[in-house]
Amino acid sequence: MKIDKNQLLRFTTAGSVDDGKSTLIGRLLYDSKSIFEDQLAAVESSSKQKGIEGVDLAMFTDGLKDEREQGITIDVAYRYFTTPKRKFIIADTPGHIQYTRNMVTGASTANAAVVLIDARHGVIEQTKRHTFIASLLNIPHIIVCVNKMDLVDYSEDTFNAIVEQFEEFSSKLLIKDVRYIPISALNGDNVVNRSEHMSWFQGSPMLHELETLHISSDINKIDARFPVQTVLRPQRKGFEDYRGYAGRIASGIYRVGDEVAVLPSGFNSKIKSINSGDKEVEEAFAPMSVAMTLEDDIDISRGDMIVKMNNQPELSQEFDVMLCWLNNSPVKPRTKYTIMHTSNEQKAVIKDIVYKMDVNTFKRNEDDKDLKMNDIARVKLKTSHRLMLDSYRDNRNTGSVILVDESTKETVAAGMIV
Amino acid sequence: MSTYYLNYLEELESEAIFILREVWAQFQNPVILFSGGKDSILVTHLAKKAFHPAKIPFALMHVDTGHNFPEAIQFRDDIVDKLGVNLIVGSVQKSIDTGRVAEEKGKNATRNALQITTLLDTIEEHKIDCAIGGGRRDEEKARAKERFFSHRDEFGQWDPKNQRPELWNLLNGKYFEGEHFRAFPISNWTEMDVWNYLTKEKIEIPSLYLAHEREVVKRNGSWIPNSEFLKLEPNEDIVKKKIRFRTLGDITITGGIESDADTMEKIVEEVSTMRETERGNRSDDKRSETAMEDRKKDGYF
Repeated sequence: MKIDKNQLLRFTTAGSVDDGKSTLIGRLLYDSKSIFEDQLAAVESSSKQKGIEGVDLAMFTDGLKDEREQGITIDVAYRYFTTPKRKFIIADTPGHIQYTRNMVTGASTANAAVVLIDARHGVIEQTKRHTFIASLLNIPHIIVCVNKMDLVDYSEDTFNAIVEQFEEFSSKLLIKDVRYIPISALNGDNVVNRSEHMSWFQGSPMLHELETLHISSDINKIDARFPVQTVLRPQRKGFEDYRGYAGRIASGIYRVGDEVAVLPSGFNSKIKSINSGDKEVEEAFAPMSVAMTLEDDIDISRGDMIVKMNNQPELSQEFDVMLCWLNNSPVKPRTKYTIMHTSNEQKAVIKDIVYKMDVNTFKRNEDDKDLKMNDIARVKLKTSHRLMLDSYRDNRNTGSVILVDESTKETVAAGMIV
Repeated sequence: MSTYYLNYLEELESEAIFILREVWAQFQNPVILFSGGKDSILVTHLAKKAFHPAKIPFALMHVDTGHNFPEAIQFRDDIVDKLGVNLIVGSVQKSIDTGRVAEEKGKNATRNALQITTLLDTIEEHKIDCAIGGGRRDEEKARAKERFFSHRDEFGQWDPKNQRPELWNLLNGKYFEGEHFRAFPISNWTEMDVWNYLTKEKIEIPSLYLAHEREVVKRNGSWIPNSEFLKLEPNEDIVKKKIRFRTLGDITITGGIESDADTMEKIVEEVSTMRETERGNRSDDKRSETAMEDRKKDGYF
């Protein structure tokens, strides 16, 4: 394998056992030879215990004791496989409405979403919910897999009708790139290998799509944003005056000599050096972790952001976000939450709930002001200090926030800046 | 012209460095859990990169079961020396001597589970609020559910069903007094990724990972090394084999595999054709289907 060029692709799958989601993942792992013999032996023996003939592919993705007992996915589970072309990370999430928060979590870092549709049932509520979340979380690519084609005689008409259904409802959503594939996860049609039963299908099998999706542009390389995580002060010989601003470039490209502004203070300077690990480099880009030094001695600390002078985010204390409530206890009015945004941390209050979103019908409800677990709503936030804001549509890294309830220390909400 | 994307190893490296810096920024007294195994060596190497040109700002902490490979201990001491970092040792023998734990009885007795008490006692004693581990999600099914920042309650316990959601790159390391965190910067690496990276970066690892001649005994399908702690069963014979280890745990429970791979390149080659998981030779995981989950809930690594 040529590891020097191969990229990493993260994708999410949501759905229930009934859709064949676990079977699909099991099939991907199995056919791409990513399952080891001792894992196979363990699943074979458990399948036998449960009285299932052969290998239950779905069992490869079972995790915790409770999940195996109940036959459901409760939490996000991460799976890994590698082909000669790419490394893949699957965020495997449950599809039921009560697990919307886990779907959102899995979707937050994904390059692609695999939406599964049962060929016998067509587009159902769960399909809409999953697609809505993929669009809300701005997942760049969507692959719609119409599964269980073997149960509808591999019918082209059935497939086309479902594609049409999908096109119809998804035209209301912001989706950049969608492709459709008829598959049978159980029999392996069009998953890793091309199906022998659907010669009418001109597209590629699912794995081939995943291997060739153009993902280099998924990260914003235009707007340079560098949130400072920590300041490096070596205090050792030869580095007495070194002040390195360490962080992971959120977006864009930086070069030595670039004129930069430090926010929120607004001081200007020039980049003196960029370090990637122990090597000095001339330029660096997202998502590299680097350390920068500047020409001028400016007071910079964690939470500040170094940006290009000619391209700056908005500084504001009041803004709208699409908020997904993640916690068992509902939103508390007038509570001061801690807001985490890039490496910055401030206090925030929810000033108003503008509308709540019905994730099944995409209808907006302006009267319901109650935010409970798994609800998604547009809200107005006010923060104690100005944040350096980009819209989530433009920049997933600098357009996202979480809210933490200091009375429990738990992460209670995830927000996307409108 | 330059291309503006990272390959997958560079991206994993960048992610791990981000997490290590986040640990440093969010916690008061973090340590790296260092076993002398390849994963903790990798984490230490990444920490060196993350804070260059400054020193690694974490102490290394070793939970010493007393049942060690001498090579691993030597390696640990050398690396501590070279990096100029502090070493904290939690001793299982001391936990036994002071009555905190009792030695397991029976044929397959090990000190594996006893480490939990020593680990948690040491964390408490040194007021450690974050222990950085080399755990990977591909290792084991319970670990597949693990977060980068993983919360432990006052009793050091992990509650897998009630984990904090972790979105984007926003890590919540907030805790109440007495609680602590585990951080897993190489969560997204697979065994293959680790070997490819160690090879690419020419990182030194204990010789135990390379094929060598050793006295061993066949037990449960694995080659268990001869040591002062080994109790031979009547039907067991000590033989000499060319083996290497895929993981390093206690000398009493870590099985080797027969192999001729005596260079890093040969190991990469061998691992890419392996058909068994690396923990398949760890008898600590073979005890039951949920052995890892159960131990993790109690506070295990």
